[in-house]
Amino acid sequence: MASKRAAQVLRPAVNGFKASPVSLKHAVKPQITTRNLSIRAARPRQLNRVSTTAVRFASSAVPTSEGQLGRTGLYELHAKYGAKFVPFGGYEMPVQYSDLSIVDSHNWTREKASLFDVGHMVQHDFSGPGAQAFLERLTPSSLSSLSENHSTLSTLLHPETGGIVDDTVITRLPNSFYVVTNAGCREKDLAYLTEQLEAWRKENPDQTVEWKLRDNQGLVALQGPLAATILERVLNEKSASALSTLYFGQCMPGTIKGTDVEVLISRGGYTGEDGFEISIPPSATEAVTQYLLDSAKDELRLAGLGARDTLRLEAGMCLYGHDLDDTTTPVEAGLSWIIGKDRRANGGFHGDSVILQQLKKKSEGGGVTRRRVGLIIEGSPAREGAEIVNENGEKIGNITSGCPSPTAKKNISMGYIKDGMHKSGTEVQVVVRGKKRKATVTKMPFIGSKYYKALAPEPK
Amino acid sequence: MAARFSVARAALKEKKYTEDHEWIEASADGKTFTLGISEYAAKALGDVVYVELPEVDLEVGSGEAIGAVESVKSASDILSPIGGTVTEVNDALQEKPGNLNKDPEGDSWIAKIAISGEPEGKLMSKEEYTAFTEEA
Repeated sequence: MASKRAAQVLRPAVNGFKASPVSLKHAVKPQITTRNLSIRAARPRQLNRVSTTAVRFASSAVPTSEGQLGRTGLYELHAKYGAKFVPFGGYEMPVQYSDLSIVDSHNWTREKASLFDVGHMVQHDFSGPGAQAFLERLTPSSLSSLSENHSTLSTLLHPETGGIVDDTVITRLPNSFYVVTNAGCREKDLAYLTEQLEAWRKENPDQTVEWKLRDNQGLVALQGPLAATILERVLNEKSASALSTLYFGQCMPGTIKGTDVEVLISRGGYTGEDGFEISIPPSATEAVTQYLLDSAKDELRLAGLGARDTLRLEAGMCLYGHDLDDTTTPVEAGLSWIIGKDRRANGGFHGDSVILQQLKKKSEGGGVTRRRVGLIIEGSPAREGAEIVNENGEKIGNITSGCPSPTAKKNISMGYIKDGMHKSGTEVQVVVRGKKRKATVTKMPFIGSKYYKALAPEPK
Repeated sequence: MAARFSVARAALKEKKYTEDHEWIEASADGKTFTLGISEYAAKALGDVVYVELPEVDLEVGSGEAIGAVESVKSASDILSPIGGTVTEVNDALQEKPGNLNKDPEGDSWIAKIAISGEPEGKLMSKEEYTAFTEEA
């Protein structure tokens, strides 16, 4: 009957929400209702149940394997600033703060600067004579050409298939490779790395690798056009003056003004803006964060996971568990650029036969069947799970992330589409709540990036 | 029976709220209800960017979704606490979805429904609803 049909049409409503429609009741709760950020998509409703009055434990703690949520060293500071907490990656993390809505916080980041707690992410150090070769087996990055104090986006890969275990940033420090992985993949990554390291040690007993976790180490992301000005204020003179020659993708140690606290400053981030990620020793994390906030009262605000998601989506960046997963290769994900030149020539990394074949021309049997693309959708936003269809209504892909873009003022989405339909300008349709909406494949990022890069040398 | 029936109707002329944050209000003759989302919900959702409206003549069952609200944060179903036939929709929201944030309990109603049965589920008065949202 009509009513039944209506229900069927409208329920998938929430196409992006798989089988469980979300009523207003759930949407008004302080949770990440778009689920774009919740790594385990199967348990959205449980998000409601975690109250901020849950049993208090040590002010910072990593999540336990029994499912006890962790807290970063900034938990109490977040609470003081009116954070609404949600479980994310095993931690209770702020989704937004009482002073700004998600859209206002998003705009604040693009116009001024925001500070994000990313201390839930996992910080590793790999050192020893075998560290580079070990990481080169796991990733397609050319670490031999990575200079000291430089970083690269990379992926940990599954053996044979070349599927992505996690995406990561690898930095060459003077005495180690500093590797940051996703909080949501914490347990999986630790199991993977343990297994890989065991195998490595058996095969290469003389090429030792030491692996350490910087547990409870603070990590904050300072992002936005005023980020550099603000950071200068809290650094000693020497560190502050060094910022002007610290370019995107580089890092340096810095000393906090008036103290002997040393932090690791990496220029980059997850918003498309100029900015820094600052790794801070556990004992100083709260004080340094407070110092930053106090030094820029009118310019800097705390921002949560809500704004972080819309900012990264506008910047065309992937969120693991949504835009990337174990079955996706870097080539399908549009990340071929992370595969180093020497790695293309010589292979020697997990899944190399699959990935190198995919990199070849179609005429040589190469290519992929699906590709990650950006889409602009007319009318309704299209969120994770929505199907992409061709003019005959046949499924040709699906959306993996989507939101109304606060900056571009359009509905932006990221998704995977059948090879051949992936070219910018291709018109397709996306099904939201049972209705087809016009969509156009679009280049990413959706807004221009504003990274701080060295000027090209003057032409002679 | 008839007496009880009219008592129920009379009681519903006052605006009532659901636990899902919709509101309904009966017309003078009690045959048609106007449905919308609460101010509390509109505020919590943040900037509304798109409103999916039902089609006129759609038959809707009690507890079923008749539309959806999209904000930056989320997509949410609008559930109808009453069964009936949609007689009118607020087309202005299609052009200006942001109006739903301005006057959700007045000009920015969602739809009018000619009722076919009694409302189902828990309905609350303004006071009860306010207490409910404060608890949440």
